[in-house]
Amino acid sequence: MFSLESITNAVQDWLNANFSPMWALIIQCAIVILLAMGLFATLGLVLVLMERKVAAHMQIRLGPNRVGPKGMFQTAADTLKLIMKEGLTPEGADKLLFNLAPFVVMIVSMLLLAPLAFSNGFQLWDLNIGVLFISAVSSVSVIGILMAGWASNNKYSLLGAMRSGAQIVSYELSAGLSIISIVVLAGSLQISDIINSQQDGWWIFKGHIPAIISFVIFIIAVTAETNRAPFDLAEAESELTAGFHTEYSGMKFALFFLAEYINIFIACAIGATLFLGGWMPLHIGHWQAFNHVMDYIPGVVWFFGKTFFLIFVIMWFRWTFPRLRIDQLLNLEWKYLLPISLFNLLLVTLIAIMGWHF
Amino acid sequence: MAFIKQYISEVFGAVRSLWKGMRTTGRYFVRPKEIITQQYPDNRDTLVLPERFRGEVVMPHDENNEHACTGCTACELACPNGTIKIITKFDITPEGKKKKALDTFIYHLELCTMCNLCIEACPTDAIKMAKNFEHSVYDRSKLTKRLNKPGSKIREGIE
Repeated sequence: MFSLESITNAVQDWLNANFSPMWALIIQCAIVILLAMGLFATLGLVLVLMERKVAAHMQIRLGPNRVGPKGMFQTAADTLKLIMKEGLTPEGADKLLFNLAPFVVMIVSMLLLAPLAFSNGFQLWDLNIGVLFISAVSSVSVIGILMAGWASNNKYSLLGAMRSGAQIVSYELSAGLSIISIVVLAGSLQISDIINSQQDGWWIFKGHIPAIISFVIFIIAVTAETNRAPFDLAEAESELTAGFHTEYSGMKFALFFLAEYINIFIACAIGATLFLGGWMPLHIGHWQAFNHVMDYIPGVVWFFGKTFFLIFVIMWFRWTFPRLRIDQLLNLEWKYLLPISLFNLLLVTLIAIMGWHF
Repeated sequence: MAFIKQYISEVFGAVRSLWKGMRTTGRYFVRPKEIITQQYPDNRDTLVLPERFRGEVVMPHDENNEHACTGCTACELACPNGTIKIITKFDITPEGKKKKALDTFIYHLELCTMCNLCIEACPTDAIKMAKNFEHSVYDRSKLTKRLNKPGSKIREGIE
């Protein structure tokens, strides 16, 4: 059966046989950096194109279809354009913070890549508090956004950044609570343990209705955390021109743009890992024959399939729902999502203690 | 208790209405046949325009080079921005009477807003809107058009 683990093991053995341990480690780091950057660049290109195509088809349009076959090179051409543009720094801006902010946002996305399991044994860092690491680091991105808004010396940027801060801080709660409900069921914070606990069925099926509720809440919360419509108040084209990245141009703007899509990918990958079993194929209880057939599809295909399905759902939200007002946004979180997820957490705990899940 | 009941029904109502919206967009997503985009320069030969499309004012002539315009200037009066200028002449009828008739129908395409008021004002349906929209020319004077063809005359029986 095809497995990425055998490839990584072969590479490691070859490096250890030919180099000293230190050099082997350095070369491994270089390979990982290369892979991560390659993944980011490809994701940026693919997701932007996917967004535009999905948007177009939902609005009965065709979308980009001129550059390359079916418009496949449109985003590559756009990136080339952005690279060649001047990265302007405004006169009154705080130069250091202004230039640092896009990199902070980008580094946070890169850090979140570390605990993700792409396939069986294909994981950068399987630390024993993986879920905690994810929810802790993902809230650092708000610092980058506040930095950008503050340093731009522009009232719209500052307003956008402040809104974004209020939004991320509030929605972190319900995202965290819905993640905790899965941690309660799986009994571990380690990503590989959580995936292995879904060997006989994904948590969204095994955890009955409370798992479905916490999945829905998780999707809503990550949509808000990644500043996507219908929660895109931080950008709010009609009111704040572009929010915190109004003053950015060229490649620095592209970094923000890329970080948004990478964040969506990572949020959806975490959702897929916790609720839909990560790279674990679709297994149903003790149906040995069915489970065996499903095992023939490699884990990486399952992982990306689930992740892209969730990304599609989030894009579907964006092109269907109108934007919320700031008071409605906070009402939704504090009056609806938070009480529901607290109550839901109680139910999940009861299920976990009584062993009612499959 | 009533409060909790209302709270739960609000949540369910919200979920249902959101799902309704998502169903609409999802339906469009899975039906690519319904896409309304016209890939214009590529499909110039097969382009289908809506029936009521307003491109420019034209005057239809039949095979005998006859039109239906009586030169009543109703269209000129109806036009809000002076696009139409009608020059009349006097024809001599077989009975020897003088009768007002159209000499030249001048139409300034560069001033026209395609508002359709002249077509509605015309009592004899002598003018109509064409479905042509490729109006660009290199010389502005080419936009001033004479709608009645040279040598044309009014159709028999139209008053």
